[in-house]
Amino acid sequence: MREQDPKERIKNFNEVPYGYNEDEAVAEASRCLQCKKQPCVNGCPAEIDIPAFIKAISEKHFDESISIIKKTNNLPAVCGRVCPQEDQCEKLCILGKKGIPINIGNLERFSADWELKNKSQKENTASGNGRKGKKVAIIGAGPSGLTCAADLAKMGYSATIFEALHKPGGVLTYGIPEFRLPKDIVMTEVNEIKKLGVDIKYNNVIGRIKSIDKLREEGFDAFFISTGAGLPYFMGIEGENLNGVYSANEFLTRVNLMKAYKFPEYDTPINIGKNIAVVGGGNVAMDSARCALRLGAEKVYIVYRRTENEMPARIDEIHHAKEEGIEFHLLANPLKIIGNEKAEVKKLVCIKNKLGEPDDSGRRRPVPIEGSEFEMDMDIVIIAIGNGSNPLLLDTIKGLELTRRGNIVADDAGQTNIEDIFAGGDIVTGAATVIAAMGAGKNSARAIDNFLKR
Amino acid sequence: MQKIVRKKQLNPEISLIEFEAKDLAIAANPGQFVILRVNETGERFPLTIYDFNCEKGTVTVVCQAIGVSTKKLCALNEGDSILDVVGPLGHATKVKNIGKVICIGGGVGTAEAYPIAKAMQREGNDVEVIIGSRIKDLIICEQEIREFCDKVYVTTDDGSHGRKGFVTDVLRELLQKDTYDMVFAIGPLIMMKMVCEMTKARSIRTLVSLNSIMIDGTGMCGGCRIQYSGEAKFTCVDGPEFDGHLVDFNDVMLRQERYKSKEKSALDHYEKQCRIGLK
Repeated sequence: MREQDPKERIKNFNEVPYGYNEDEAVAEASRCLQCKKQPCVNGCPAEIDIPAFIKAISEKHFDESISIIKKTNNLPAVCGRVCPQEDQCEKLCILGKKGIPINIGNLERFSADWELKNKSQKENTASGNGRKGKKVAIIGAGPSGLTCAADLAKMGYSATIFEALHKPGGVLTYGIPEFRLPKDIVMTEVNEIKKLGVDIKYNNVIGRIKSIDKLREEGFDAFFISTGAGLPYFMGIEGENLNGVYSANEFLTRVNLMKAYKFPEYDTPINIGKNIAVVGGGNVAMDSARCALRLGAEKVYIVYRRTENEMPARIDEIHHAKEEGIEFHLLANPLKIIGNEKAEVKKLVCIKNKLGEPDDSGRRRPVPIEGSEFEMDMDIVIIAIGNGSNPLLLDTIKGLELTRRGNIVADDAGQTNIEDIFAGGDIVTGAATVIAAMGAGKNSARAIDNFLKR
Repeated sequence: MQKIVRKKQLNPEISLIEFEAKDLAIAANPGQFVILRVNETGERFPLTIYDFNCEKGTVTVVCQAIGVSTKKLCALNEGDSILDVVGPLGHATKVKNIGKVICIGGGVGTAEAYPIAKAMQREGNDVEVIIGSRIKDLIICEQEIREFCDKVYVTTDDGSHGRKGFVTDVLRELLQKDTYDMVFAIGPLIMMKMVCEMTKARSIRTLVSLNSIMIDGTGMCGGCRIQYSGEAKFTCVDGPEFDGHLVDFNDVMLRQERYKSKEKSALDHYEKQCRIGLK
């Protein structure tokens, strides 16, 4: 895949991989064996007929290719860019057993981008006009909520999404940076979903402006809660309240949703110093580090308590981060952050770890090595160690069963212990992937259909 | 888009702005706040709800034009619209009959102290109100407060109205003369800090309302976190009201300064654009 040169791209927020041109896409698609068993499809939570759309590309039927994808996936340009394909469809590709698997992600992206570029967007049939006479309220316009709403609309239900922020997309908009997922693409795909008849109400914090009970009174017949994992974890170490310490959520929201990288044209500021440390090893940590670099930091470090093998980030993101010059401090854990009298960050103190026995997640547990403390000069520290469940809405729903960690208890179809309430995405699973959240949205749309047909 | 139906300039710096927001008005309670974004390039910033009218379906805020965002809001007129308003956020004030209460409003904080004082009075409390500002022109809500309260004390830093000095000078005297069950203090951080130091010495429960820097207002970003009795709390979802004796005001004051230089350059940029007629 052709990409922006690392030396150039760290100075801008433009997308890094250019995407296939037609010849490249056809060549890649032609490698597909079109196996009968279609193992790749089993790896796709969005249930895309992968061999069929790839075949269409190889025959240069690009229009048909995107139609096949869109039968089951409403956010293909997003998925083609942010899915961890190496752990899903591509992992199961037969070609991968002996060589390189088909680059399914980039082919999906190609099809979606081809449509955005070449086709005046097809007018949808607006099937979501409530032909079935039932109304569903979806709480949260992230990947899970958008998918569920789109599928319900396609089935003929009236679907209304209530979104807390002023823009749709959830983590696609506030979390994932422009250079990895251009916001124009998110907005275009959301507009496609709106054309299905989905209504999105922004600036609506359900649990505050209206309760689920109130929405029930207003005539909603079923509910899908997809509020995501929206409560940042902090480490609980000394100095975390200093001015230069951000949660990754705050840092990324300022940059992506509020466009702090265009300050002062946009009013939202962000503080950047010479040295920035990002604590964590997931995609959010890589995104934060790469944003920090583009905002002008001289040195950006990833501080992670295990090794690269245990990092939850996509391989591509780790690779891109390294290419751009981000330095990895592995097997290191922060102990405290030292500041000055103005509450500015000055130093980050860490301890070295070694790997011990595997823990519950199957990954080897980091064990601190006594006496191995070290400190680094630091101006900004970004905490990207994950998110918990946000209690704001859940506290207002009487009797809703929650796990010990505050996530909603739901079965595979998203059914909660309350008959008309379904839930999916990070609010059920804890922080996971965009595609897993979308898969949950699909499952719940089917379950809601069954419930409403009863 | 929320249409502005009434705008009243309370003084050269402070405007009262009433806008249409039916669902918000129905859901709102005293002490809660909204987050606004005035235009596409604007910040999200919090303002306390000053008043709400369920029949008219309107919500009123009071805003002091200091930085870019507040200046942008105060530059709007009746008939204009605010791009985004979200709320009601935070917990409502618990209004109960507890006895003798002092409500203190400093500067634009008076606009937030007023509805609380009125509600406390209505609940049967014996309410005294202290309000203060730098100069006479910046005193707000005095008449409205006098309408329901006969023990109102006014201070200005320069003595141009009421008595010369700070609200804490009056508070000190009141506390020496009498005993009180509770104090509400809403205003500049330094004022709330001084009030809390005085009341803590006498163990009088004191509630303060914090107006931290926020983005989403739903607990998602953690930018508004404060040190509260040694623990991190989020102003947006755990507040905005807190027991003032447990707030680490030095920490809150330092955090409130964290974009100081950026705020100044944003303001310069905005004013330059206004001058050349772009905005």
